[in-house]
Amino acid sequence: MLEPIWQPLAQVAKELDAGRLSSVELTTQVLHHIEATEPKIHSFLTLTPETALEEARAADERRARGERGPLLGVPIAVKDVILTKGVRTTAASRILENFVAPYDATVIRRLREAGAVFLGKLNCDEFAMGSSTENSAFGPTYNPWNLQRVPGGSSGGSAAAVAAGQCFAALGTDTGGSIRQPAACCGIVGVKPSYGRVSRYGLIAYASSFDQIGPMARTVADCALVLEIIAGRDPRDATSAAQPVPRYSAELERPLRGLRLALPQECFGEGVQAEVRDAVLSAVRWFESQGVAVVETSLPHSRYAVPTYYLVATAEASSNLARYDGVRFGLRLAEEAGLLTMYGRTRASGFGAEVKRRIMLGTYALSAGYYDAYYLKALKVRTLVRRDFEAAFTRADVVAMPTAPTTAFRLGEKTGDPLQMYLSDIFTIAANLAGLPALSLPCGFDQEGLPIGLQLVGRPFQEAQLLAAAHAYEQAHPWKSQHPSL
Amino acid sequence: MEKPTSVAVRKMDYEAIIGLEVHAELLTASKMFCGCSAKFGAPPNQNTCPVCLGLPGALPVLNRRAVEFAIRAGLATNCRIELFSRWARKNYFYPDLPKGYQISQYELPICVGGWLTLDTEEGEKRIRLARIHMEEDTGKNIHDAQVDASLVDFNRSGVPLLEIVSEPDMRTPQEASAYLRKLRQILQYLEICDGNMEEGSFRCDANVSVRPRGSEALGTKVEIKNMNSFRHVERAIEFEIGRQVRALREGEPLVQETRLWDPEREVTRSMRTKEYAHDYRYFPEPDLPPVRLNREWIEAIRQSLPELPDARRSRFVQQYGLPAYDAEVLTSRRDLADYFEAVVASGASPKAASNWVMGDILRVVRERELDRHLRIDQWPVAPNFLAQLIQLIESGTISGKIGKTVFARMLETNRAPEEIVRTEGLVQITDEGALLSEIQQVLAENPDKVAQYRSGKEKLFGFFVGQVMKRTAGKANPQKVNELLRSLLESS
Repeated sequence: MLEPIWQPLAQVAKELDAGRLSSVELTTQVLHHIEATEPKIHSFLTLTPETALEEARAADERRARGERGPLLGVPIAVKDVILTKGVRTTAASRILENFVAPYDATVIRRLREAGAVFLGKLNCDEFAMGSSTENSAFGPTYNPWNLQRVPGGSSGGSAAAVAAGQCFAALGTDTGGSIRQPAACCGIVGVKPSYGRVSRYGLIAYASSFDQIGPMARTVADCALVLEIIAGRDPRDATSAAQPVPRYSAELERPLRGLRLALPQECFGEGVQAEVRDAVLSAVRWFESQGVAVVETSLPHSRYAVPTYYLVATAEASSNLARYDGVRFGLRLAEEAGLLTMYGRTRASGFGAEVKRRIMLGTYALSAGYYDAYYLKALKVRTLVRRDFEAAFTRADVVAMPTAPTTAFRLGEKTGDPLQMYLSDIFTIAANLAGLPALSLPCGFDQEGLPIGLQLVGRPFQEAQLLAAAHAYEQAHPWKSQHPSL
Repeated sequence: MEKPTSVAVRKMDYEAIIGLEVHAELLTASKMFCGCSAKFGAPPNQNTCPVCLGLPGALPVLNRRAVEFAIRAGLATNCRIELFSRWARKNYFYPDLPKGYQISQYELPICVGGWLTLDTEEGEKRIRLARIHMEEDTGKNIHDAQVDASLVDFNRSGVPLLEIVSEPDMRTPQEASAYLRKLRQILQYLEICDGNMEEGSFRCDANVSVRPRGSEALGTKVEIKNMNSFRHVERAIEFEIGRQVRALREGEPLVQETRLWDPEREVTRSMRTKEYAHDYRYFPEPDLPPVRLNREWIEAIRQSLPELPDARRSRFVQQYGLPAYDAEVLTSRRDLADYFEAVVASGASPKAASNWVMGDILRVVRERELDRHLRIDQWPVAPNFLAQLIQLIESGTISGKIGKTVFARMLETNRAPEEIVRTEGLVQITDEGALLSEIQQVLAENPDKVAQYRSGKEKLFGFFVGQVMKRTAGKANPQKVNELLRSLLESS
């Protein structure tokens, strides 16, 4: 029998239902575990133990009244770019260091209704801009599998917390790979839903046409349980989709037979760590052995994915981050020195280097005289990337590839070279450009014992199919039962 | 200080090219992208929420009613309504702009083309529209000397606006102001904008350039801002034309720039030149899907449009036999035209109703500054009461003069004119016996004046009339008094 804190969501809910464990007991155990592990990992920016215990008590009462649910009384945590009413929400930025959210994001409201217990807010790259969580204004998070390594990013705090048993599930956000890449780095499952599947209301915007909130957990089934709660149309988000939300957790046992898997040739060449390539190809061979048809495909425009992303996403970011001006909330400096000085000093001190770099890039891409050559051209390439996938999906149902070209790198290894850092997302960005659902799940370890991620990309709103395929693979492999020793 | 050259000289050699950009606040109940009230006049920052305050994480959701209003405006001004239009972000920093960008429309606006017609001295003139697009309003900065700080009120932030852009088809300040009046009148008829220039719900910027008469090339364009009345618009354009002509004559360079109208000194002053013009970095708004319209909805809106000012004016001439001038004045405001028609429908003769409405009613409207759109029950006098009053006069129950008294009492008391006439004993005295006895009394009390009159001092006739009126508190029927008095004075 596993310790409760390492149990899957569905399992721990059963324990709670059976009365063998109360949410208060469970939450207390988790809080102790956080206390013990947090000095090494630093996954949390804000811990809310008091309100967590209150929520746990409330959940126990709801259960005592006969209410049931997979998240009722289960401790989870949230990336600190999602607004949680009454709790500091910083986006890992000095500019929001003391910003207390005045309202709940739609996903938080839905999780509260489901009875989830909120432990606190998780570290990430500032405004979700980065691939290592080293861009947090409040210090990095360390990979639980190897404390010299980054947990990936930008949802590095979420991935590390889940991997370290600090919570049963976490919310991450994925703009260019920020759920999947840290999930791969930390050996957990992370799902980036189709664009529009999950409401963005209350998510601090980085790049609005890419951002999606998604679940991160130790098993595929746990992700499915969280996703079916947070997904669905939200009248407060005009880009949220009206498509009905299937019960993902009930569709996990779909048979693999008949599934067609495509391997894009571009994702197995130069720059990919040999162990990563081998692990992913070995996973593909397992699918083949289960009757899955495997075809080779090509995503010819994916080589432009990174530059395209860094034009469109930064353009949107330059506009989205204009509201941090010191006028209504957040940091304000030099107010006595006049408006322009206040703007300048507030933003110069409030934003970190990477955020400023992206604001400048995006501002440049949108400027008069450059718009057509950069922003507009990038939009056209974005369409071509989407068409590559559409072509691939005429012959296959799911595209498989590595989540990241390498396993988790060392802290400091890429901070001096933004372009190298950007290439960590080379395989994840295309799904964001195309708005497609994608997930990462563990498919082995390298020689250093660092987890490797397999990425599956599906057709729009075919999350159920991705989850079922991932679940089948997970059931046949031992990875999910391995935990980092801390 | 710059002085405009004389108009007379200027007119011969140069012509002005004028285009106007109008911002009209829409009368929707809620704001453009959130559920907050769009009403003017609430305590500062009361009508706000995370969306219109630009808080982190907040997202816009389109108000369908605002789109309907934009379509109404487009249809009423002969625009093409685009089935596909797009939102764009206009980026710039200012404290009253909470998100650091304004959600607007740029490349693909909702209405394109269109025109409206003006009556000018040379006959009808058509002014073309370039486009109408939707956008959100900003908040308002308040510079408070008492607290030595700038404060921001976000009640207006997110209120829906239409930006209506004309082609540069106007040639004189008078045409510009006529265009504005016409446009405002149409929006008011559509009940989508209250057209209040002082409160800023109807704002105008002007683009002005001049060129030698006969030239085809356009001169350097100057944008003028900060004109908040029709008069200011005329004066500012007038000044600007003079300034530009003078510069051209004297060979001074004109720069493309934005100038502010200073209503105190009646001059325009440079605000920023082209080098310092904003680069708004427009790009498609990723938080909102494009606006897709279906033809059925547009047709339904077309069917629901009210009778527009030009049509109503012609109908007033034909149906009520009014002079063109009366029809013009009465249809200048939709509520006024509605009121007039209600008075007529209550039984008043159209010409008498027109005289009262254009005279006494509009005087009270001016005195009480009732320049907002008035509902039929908000007029100083209820239409059926005014009709009653007119009928009382026309039937001879009261004199025209007493009519004015009754009208004044109606304003004070809101009572029906019949009731006022009855309870205050204001019925006209037409009974010959009663009048005769009053007249005889007057003659008896003034034997010397009677003698003077009879000896030729006929000017005294007015004195006798006045005395009779005084004795009857003005209620005597003046015609009857004249007849009887004359016959009495001349008979004996």
